[in-house]
Order: sequence, then C-alpha cells, then structure tokens
Amino acid sequence: MFIVGELINGMYKNIAEAIKTKDKSLIQEYALKQVQAGADALDLNCGPASKDPLRDMPWLVETVQEAVDKPLCLDSSKPKVIEAGLMVAKNKVIINSTTADLEKLEILVDLAKRYNAKLIGLALNSKGVPQDKEQRLELAANIVAYCSEKDFSVEDLYLDPVVLPVNVAQAQQKEVLDSLREFKIISEPAPKTIIGLSNISQGSCLRKLINRTFMAMATAFGLDAAILDPLDKDLMEVIITAELILNKQIYCDAFLEAYYKK
Amino acid sequence: MIKEVIENLPGLIHTVEVGATAQQGGTRSKVIKVGGENALPFLFKEGKIPNPPVIAYEIWDIKPADWPQALGYFYSDVWGDPLEWAEKVVKEYKADLLCLKLMGAHPELNRDIDEEAKLVENILKKVNVPLIIIGCGDDARDNLVLPLCSQVAKGERCLFGEVTQDNYKTLTAAVLADGHNIIAQSPIDINIAKQLNILISELGLELNRIVINPTVGALGYGLEYTYSIMERLRLAGLNQDKTVASPFIGFAGQESWRAKEARAPESEFPQWGKEGRRGYVWEMVTAATLLLAGTDILVMRHPQAVEKVKRYIEEFNKDKEGLCLL
Repeated sequence: MFIVGELINGMYKNIAEAIKTKDKSLIQEYALKQVQAGADALDLNCGPASKDPLRDMPWLVETVQEAVDKPLCLDSSKPKVIEAGLMVAKNKVIINSTTADLEKLEILVDLAKRYNAKLIGLALNSKGVPQDKEQRLELAANIVAYCSEKDFSVEDLYLDPVVLPVNVAQAQQKEVLDSLREFKIISEPAPKTIIGLSNISQGSCLRKLINRTFMAMATAFGLDAAILDPLDKDLMEVIITAELILNKQIYCDAFLEAYYKK
Repeated sequence: MIKEVIENLPGLIHTVEVGATAQQGGTRSKVIKVGGENALPFLFKEGKIPNPPVIAYEIWDIKPADWPQALGYFYSDVWGDPLEWAEKVVKEYKADLLCLKLMGAHPELNRDIDEEAKLVENILKKVNVPLIIIGCGDDARDNLVLPLCSQVAKGERCLFGEVTQDNYKTLTAAVLADGHNIIAQSPIDINIAKQLNILISELGLELNRIVINPTVGALGYGLEYTYSIMERLRLAGLNQDKTVASPFIGFAGQESWRAKEARAPESEFPQWGKEGRRGYVWEMVTAATLLLAGTDILVMRHPQAVEKVKRYIEEFNKDKEGLCLL
C-alpha cells in the first residue's frame, strides 16, 4: 500500500498556526513523524485559513523537503497554488486533485504533464457526488479517456472513487468498494486507485475503528494507495496484516517489523 | 512474430563483499562481490547483473570420512593437511574462493578449539583468496569455535556460517564485531528465511552482510522444491522486499555427493556406468540448476565439475542472448 500521510493540513489548528507564523520546526516534526511511521509520501494542504496560499504552499514544500526526501502530494482546489508548489518541489509530485469536469481536466492534466507529476482524479463532477458505482465508473472512464487523449500516462494516474461518511451515506460504501475493483478494468495498464480514508468516519464516533475496518476491506478490493494518518498505529498494522493475508508479503513471525524494514 | 516480453523489476539484491585487500584492512588478493542484480538469473535484457556467480572449493580441517574415491582421486594426497589442501586448490585448480569446513570441531571428534582458530590463521597466511568458514553444525561447539576463528580473521571480511533461527546470536555478535559476513540457514522454508534475516539485522548486522542458505537438495533429492523456494524469495527481493533480497549460497558438492546415484559403485548398478563420472555429472547438473535458481555462491568439490560449471557461467555471461551449451 502506498501511504500518503495526511497530517500537514491547515485544517488542523496547530498546522494552520505554524503556517501563519512560519514555524518550520512543527511542520518538519510532523513530516518526520509520518515518514518514520511508514508514510511513502506526504500530503500538503495550506488549509482554509491561509491568507496567501500562493506563498504558503511553496513555503510548505521547501520546509518539508529540508526534513524528508519523499514525494509530496500537493493538495489544493486552486491550480495556481499547486503550480506554486510544483515549481519548488524536488521529487515527483502527486497533484491532489482534478475532478472529471473538462475545464478542470484541461488545466490539471496540462499541469501534470508540464511538471512530470502524478495526478489524482476524483470520480465526481460539478453535478455532484456520484450515487452508485455505475456513475463512478463513467466519471473515472472519462478521466482515463481524457488522459489517454492527451498522452498522459495512465501509470501516473490515481483514481479516487470518493469515499463518503458512513453516518450519512451508508448505502454508498459497498458501491465505493466495488468501484475500486471496476476501475482496474478501464484500461491496460490499469489505473491505480486511491482513497482519502478519513472521510469514511467524518462525524461518527469510534472513528479509528471505522477507518481501519474500511481500510482492510478496501485493501481486499485491490486499493493501491491511501491518504491517511500514519501515526494511527493500529491502522498501519491492519494494512500490513491485510496485505500479508493477500499474499503481497512473504509471511514471517516478525511480519510487522519486516514491513518497516522494507 | 511474437513480441518479446521484457519485465523490469523495481528491487535490487544486496551486494555482499567477501574478502578484504590490504587497502581495506585485510590481506586478501581480491574482493569477491556477489549480488547487486535487479533481474532474475541470466536475464540480462531485463536488468543489470553486475556480479556473476562464483564457486568456492570446499576443504575440511580433517580428512573427510565419507568422501568417495572419485573425490579422493584429487584430494587424497592433501586431505590429511588442510594447509596443503588449501594451497592445492588455489594453485592447481585456481580456486577464487575457499570454503573451510571445521568438521573436526564436532563433539565426536573434538578437535581443540584453539587449534581450529590457529588453522584459520595459518590458512589466511598460506593462501590469499577470500574465505568462507563453516562450523561443524553442532550449535554448542560452533558457538565456541567460530567466535575464536572470527577473532583471528578480524578484518579479512570472511563469510561465516551458519546461523539458524534457534542459534544466531553468538555468531552474529562475533561477525559484527570483527567485520565479517554471515550465512543464514533456513530449512527450505521461505518464512523462516525471512524471519532469520530480520532477527540477524535486529542485532545490528546490516542486510548487505547476510547471505541466505535456503538449504538445497541435489538432483533427485528435492532440487525442484529448493528451486521454487529460491525463485519466490528472489522475486520478493526484486519486488523490493529488502528483508529477503540477499544473495544465495548453495552447497552443491555436499548435497550431490550424498546422492546414491553419485556414490553407488558400478558393481551394484552396472547399468548406471562408472561411479566416478556419474558423481561429477551429478554435482555439475545440481550446481548448474542452482545457478538458474539464483545461487550466487556455489560450494563445490569435484574439480572437473567446477571447471564445467565455471565455463557454463562464462559462456552465459559472454553470450547474453541466452544461448549456451553446457
């Protein structure tokens, strides 16, 4: 599983404050902690409180790059903000994200191509969130078709079926899981899949239990990557164990340690 | 026309270096590197295979009681004296690497442990090729003898063995202190192979100082089982599981010369032909198969079998299209 650490997000108060006061140490501490816990990449989001995201995003990128050498996932709804981050990023970036709307695809696929970045494509459009797996598949197929048309490698594309909170959209969860499997048959080579995990438990209690249960299920449905909290040790151990059960790692008694040595 | 399928795998097998020259604090004439590839054996088009497999000549500290006449033909003049034996295989058979088995330390024979350490010291003086040093297989005795040998060979970057899941701490600590490498032996068991590598590395020995002995069987004695275990380990390593991305050592000589087909005299099985020739063919075929399974260090006995397998390796490396005749 490709793990994208989600904690450097201005939505969290301490991160928002660090961005505001340009406190590098806190940001770098979170970068290091997540990588040590097993993150393969780090999501960076300036958050809604950022007054000047065009400056804050490159500052975040540079600050994190000083501490860790991992790919960064630049998270913003504004392409200009993403580009500001792309300009200073050292490693191959993951752009988070485009929707299936043509006007979004035009800008973001072009951006990804120009900066040789990967791209997350959300299976939704301006009409709203899909209601079943058919709608998700259609939107995902549109994204893949547009990428192929523009010669953007499908291997650099992550499709996100859009996870919704279980407390308001219980009927959607099975649809999301099925989509993970069906996205794989859209093209050859198959696109990769990703989810933003925490959405599943938004507004619920026992959030961690819901997160890790859903994660185990999504892993079984062939999920490739997830944006999540790598400091949630139980969650990480569930992922490792789920992959072990799926025969993605060779079993040994110290299989948890083995994963972290890997 | 069928399109050629080329598969590129993302992982890399650890490079293990055996032997240290004067520059590196030892007295060996060369360093032997094994591993370092990012493709399956001999698939030159799929990646880089920087270090071809190597062959170590097996010699013992005592006269081996059960080696047949086919081997005695080459060694009976020297196998009473390990120093002479070492010199003979290096000078006459051009051995690149020696594997010294300290069988005499076994409780039944009970050779003095200081004498074994002295022997290691003298062999290092007598010949200048890199050295593999193997215990007798009795845990208690090996834990006494091998650390002493490790100490006298300090800085020579030998390859010491063998450790198992139940007995790895003592030798790992010695090897760690004296700058050697280690052989991790598992009983044709992929899970234990992985577990043992983790146990060793948790004591502080880097993964690039471990060679896996997956335990091999000779032709007719589980060779295909060995093959599938090695293949799976290697594929996992090449798919970035660093905990199993170790070079392999295979005791082709020891296993082959145990086989009835290699030993039984012609008088017992007239239809099988001369046992001398049969034995060396058995060793050669076993060794060649182990190469295909990914073995990086072969430990062998019969000089003619070694010659043939060496040629096999050379031809394969020359002719990277993969056409080769034994």
